[in-house]
Amino acid sequence: MAGNRRKKHHFSRIHAFSCGKTSFKGDHSLIGGPGFSRVVHCNDPESFEASVLNYSGNYVRTTKYTLATFFPKALFEQFRRVANVYFLICAILSFTPLSPYSAVSNVLPLVVVIGATMGKEVLEDWRRKKQDIEVNNRKVKVHCGEGAFDYTKWRDLKVGDVVKVEKDEFFPADLILLSSSYEEAICYVETTNLDGETNLKLKQALDATSNMHEDSNFQNFKAIIRCEDPNANLYTFVGSLELEEQQYPLTPQQLLLRDSKLRNTDCIYGAVIFTGRDTKVFQNSTGPPSKRSKVERRMDKIIYFLFGILVLMSFIGSIFFGIATREDLQDGKMKRWYLRPDDTTAYYDPKRAAVAAVLHFLTALMLYGYLIPISLYVSIEIVKILQSIFINQDLHMYYEETDKPARARTSNLNEELGQVDTILSDKTGTLTCNSMEFIKCSIAGTSYGRGVTEVERAMARRKGSPLEEEVTEEQEDKASIKGFNFEDERIMNGSWVNEPHADVIQKFLRLLAICHTALPEVDEENGKISYEAESPDEAAFVIAARELGFEFYERTQTSISVHELDPVTGTKVERSYSLLNVLEFSSSRKRMSVIVRSEEGTLLLLSKGADSVMFERLAENGREFEEQTKEHINEYADAGLRTLILAYRELDEKEYKQFNEEFTEAKNSVSADREELAEEIAEKIEKNLILLGATAVEDKLQNGVPECIDKLAQAGIKLWVLTGDKMETAINIGFACSLLRQGMRQVIISSETPESKTLEKSEDKSAAAAALKASVLHQLIRGKELLDSSNESLGPLALIIDGKSLTYALEDDVKDLFLELAIGCASVICCRSSPKQKALVTRLVKTKTSSTTLAIGDGANDVGMLQEADIGVGISGVEGMQAVMSSDIAIAQFRFLERLLLVHGHWCYRRISSMICYFFYKNIAFGFTLFFFEAYASFSGQPVYNDWFLSLYNVFFTSLPVIALGVFDQDVSARFCLKFAFPFVTVPSVIPRRCTEYPV
Amino acid sequence: MPGSDSTAHKSKSRRPKYSQFSQQELPAFKLILTPGYVISTFIVVGLIFVPIGLISLFASETVVEIVDRYDNECIPKDFRDNRVEFIKNKQTNKSCTRTFTVPKQMKSPIFIYYQLENFYQNHRRYVKSRSDKQLQSKKNAAHIRECKPMGETDNKDPIIPCGLIAWSLFNDTYGFSVKGKDLKVNKRDIAWGSDKNYKFGADVFPKNFQVGDVGGKSLNSSIPLSEQEDLIVWMRTAALSTFRKLYGKIEDDLQANDVITVVIENNYNTYDFKGTKSLVLSTTSWIGGKNDFLGVTFITIGGICLFLAITFILLYVIKPR
Repeated sequence: MAGNRRKKHHFSRIHAFSCGKTSFKGDHSLIGGPGFSRVVHCNDPESFEASVLNYSGNYVRTTKYTLATFFPKALFEQFRRVANVYFLICAILSFTPLSPYSAVSNVLPLVVVIGATMGKEVLEDWRRKKQDIEVNNRKVKVHCGEGAFDYTKWRDLKVGDVVKVEKDEFFPADLILLSSSYEEAICYVETTNLDGETNLKLKQALDATSNMHEDSNFQNFKAIIRCEDPNANLYTFVGSLELEEQQYPLTPQQLLLRDSKLRNTDCIYGAVIFTGRDTKVFQNSTGPPSKRSKVERRMDKIIYFLFGILVLMSFIGSIFFGIATREDLQDGKMKRWYLRPDDTTAYYDPKRAAVAAVLHFLTALMLYGYLIPISLYVSIEIVKILQSIFINQDLHMYYEETDKPARARTSNLNEELGQVDTILSDKTGTLTCNSMEFIKCSIAGTSYGRGVTEVERAMARRKGSPLEEEVTEEQEDKASIKGFNFEDERIMNGSWVNEPHADVIQKFLRLLAICHTALPEVDEENGKISYEAESPDEAAFVIAARELGFEFYERTQTSISVHELDPVTGTKVERSYSLLNVLEFSSSRKRMSVIVRSEEGTLLLLSKGADSVMFERLAENGREFEEQTKEHINEYADAGLRTLILAYRELDEKEYKQFNEEFTEAKNSVSADREELAEEIAEKIEKNLILLGATAVEDKLQNGVPECIDKLAQAGIKLWVLTGDKMETAINIGFACSLLRQGMRQVIISSETPESKTLEKSEDKSAAAAALKASVLHQLIRGKELLDSSNESLGPLALIIDGKSLTYALEDDVKDLFLELAIGCASVICCRSSPKQKALVTRLVKTKTSSTTLAIGDGANDVGMLQEADIGVGISGVEGMQAVMSSDIAIAQFRFLERLLLVHGHWCYRRISSMICYFFYKNIAFGFTLFFFEAYASFSGQPVYNDWFLSLYNVFFTSLPVIALGVFDQDVSARFCLKFAFPFVTVPSVIPRRCTEYPV
Repeated sequence: MPGSDSTAHKSKSRRPKYSQFSQQELPAFKLILTPGYVISTFIVVGLIFVPIGLISLFASETVVEIVDRYDNECIPKDFRDNRVEFIKNKQTNKSCTRTFTVPKQMKSPIFIYYQLENFYQNHRRYVKSRSDKQLQSKKNAAHIRECKPMGETDNKDPIIPCGLIAWSLFNDTYGFSVKGKDLKVNKRDIAWGSDKNYKFGADVFPKNFQVGDVGGKSLNSSIPLSEQEDLIVWMRTAALSTFRKLYGKIEDDLQANDVITVVIENNYNTYDFKGTKSLVLSTTSWIGGKNDFLGVTFITIGGICLFLAITFILLYVIKPR
């Protein structure tokens, strides 16, 4: 972007609902009260008032330890393990005559083991430290007086500083947006790092500050911001700005969060309000819950058991020792005179044999300490780290396209991968690519597009039809244009002009090219145009329009320019439409419209939306193709596609004028229900539409997902899909990825039935809730009956439940029933579920069935689920890093799960298990020889081996073979692991019964 | 931290490098226990072990060993009821004569051992009651911390060698004669060379030893510890409560039916703790002294293997899987 040329888009027109004046709402009265005490002196951080407040700097530290706290903290961590405390006590006692061993030989192994573990901690922390240094030393332009901006390190930022952030830079702290390079002081922000959402968010500064576009404007700028105290809530913010003794309310609309990124905006000016640890992103970052694997928990039990044996052995030995000692001196006559029992210490005193026996008990506890494998924990940690290196190095889990290998972020869950029996999966981005492809459309009652969807392919495959081969060939030819998978010579390459309803097709394509909020980005080198859209669906539409001859190439403040194919001349002409209003999409409206004036001067309302809202808005004369279009929509839905209806209407000037007045007034009103008001007015004009047709977009499945799910099912692993999508889409995808099959009986539990809708509308909310719950309960019981009565011949059951029903099904008194039903079903799909519900379902499965759960997801909405599950697997895909950051293992594609579980999980589980067995074996075998020797040494506590041999036995002589076994052992090769997924089932269930030592 | 963007890494691929090792594809071999494999392994093991056992047993048989327990017999009849008093009484005559016949020809060297039973040289108090430093060098004479209560005399003079082990040094002596002719007993080179050369100093002379409480044998204070081989042998404590220690060597051949007369000075008190004392004369072969255990073990294991092999063959023939 050259120079200071400012883009003069009238974005307020595009974002009709989200822009506008803000008003003091109720919350603002809290400012200054408890919890809202922060005062920021903008542009004056050095002043006396500011320095009194003493807010922390912008230095961030994510390391676990500092130089000072490292030793106390790390040692404390180490000695939280019972075994280590035992060895510490032994080491201390070894300086007394109680010890059977020399002090050095007793302390050394402990030092080695603790040292190794602490070394690992240092290494991990060092990595974090390096990252911290990098972040803290990033530079940002800060106002340093006299209207000049200079680069400063992030760490030196102070509350109150005014910073200038440029395009594609990260915000260094939480800022209040003062102004931007846009006239209206708006800016676009990408919050992928915070919430995983890829769409750009619009922020707008207060009018009062919006006119400061130059560095020099800030020379004398002074303002005081009063706002809430630091908190973790990303979506709320309450504050006020005092500028020239005027109060202005601040809302989240002005808040720019640290770690989000400035996009599509040349630069912004902002005032720092929260720094370092006070920023919302840091307030949000809780340490990941530490997860311990089942094997490790089992191992603890074995260690307690060994402690028991140790105490028992010591006790027996002490009794024998006490008796032998007492007999050494009877009636003044010495028995074993060579021990001089008449002149001895408390440890061997025959006159106080009981005391000697108690002291001997302590000695024996140390002597038989070799039963407890001191180096077990550290060896396991070493083995697991090496195992995760193998996981990271696996070429079969490397994804070429995004250049991402698998990454085991926590190594202590490797073997847990081998015990997974329930997978809870997100849908979008996990099973699907989250890239939409325009694949079919229905125009004027004719269906176009010969592309074959994944669902159709899956169905064809099941029926064994030859469709598949031809499809794969076809697929190789194209796939060159992302988001476009449309193939139909009838309308491609401009041949639509010869179609019977060419005029309708023209309007249809024009609508696609105009009715959206995307921004074009022209690649200056080759003139190619790409689009920045809020959702992948929208991008798919604009791309489709471009590919079909209606290239949207420029958006200015009041117009949209399109290269159009003129049906008469057959040449490309430039047409621009003046953009009058944009009526945005919202989940309640389920449609969006634009009002434009064409070059000829006609006013057009172009509208697209969901079938449920669009058909009822058609005009009497606009229903010409209604029947065929409905039919096509149903076909598309069966093929797993998302559909939208396109319609338009010509407006007359008078009508528009009235609308515009009302709409502008509503938009500029300061009342709280501003948005509802605007919606109401918009609703009035979006009627009497004329149907053009429908579009169908495919939410593409990731490669190899159905095969992977098949394989996992063979291995006896259950897959639950938890998605926020609506039921129809979820079921479609269920079929596509072979989770649902023809012949499965579906148990659908839904609260979207007509009767429940009427219930909801009723006045008495609690009665409605109770009735809804009763209905859900009834449906659950019916499903359970079906499950109980079902015989194999009827086929397996599939449970599909929607979010609202899930709320009731997860209540305490119902959840057991729900779980029973769900476990009995072969497949479970929960749709319309919130992130919290995802986590709740995960917890329910984990705690109630005591099975190992694995959650897999890619978005911020999956974080709860990932942290709740025994193992969280993050997909490092298109959506942000949030899921990956909170996951235990990150992979690039869902299909890698197969290899991760069936190969690495299997191996790691076997390796760790046999390694632990080996460890206990070698230590028990060794420990018992000491005990047996005691029987021949009158239990005096004399070790049979040399001290140094003893202490090196565990840490040196016998640790390497065990570690080698734990890292390299393979019972079967990877190929066989995948081919015969069944050993996966047998390991957890059969071996433990056969081998009691097996720590599972 | 989020934000450390990947743009910097874009140029270099994060693709893991291929190697058979990193992909865990190294050729591996896993033993599959087929009947044929198992049976042939058993047969081979059996066929190797049984002959080894037989050879060891034969070698053990060639060793001639005479064991004579004398602790009871060497108490005069009138002291039989009060042995402890006899042994503790300094006035009693402790000499005692034993005779026995050589069953087979014994080739020199013939090793003389004394064997004690129920003597816990492996007791922790006993084992620790020594000062290796003191034994090693003259300058460490005062190193007696571990030696209590045999560290110093009542006048606080350090005892050399200190500790219970040295104090309780075995003090029976044996004199051998055949047909009225004395047999010479070589008492040199009965201790380990390393002990003599390194662990017991040539400049360390016994001092204050067996003064006051007398436990066992006294030492000639003009001979350095490195030459006191009886002490060195004794100080290498036995692992079990029944043990033999080398007393000396006879460097003449003994013929079958030779009658050996042994004059024993029966000084050592094993009567308090009901231990036994035996005198052992033994030759050696390539497997050492007389010990059937090795041969028997080999034969047993080999036998079990052969038995299993035959059982499996029969099972395989009668009821193949």
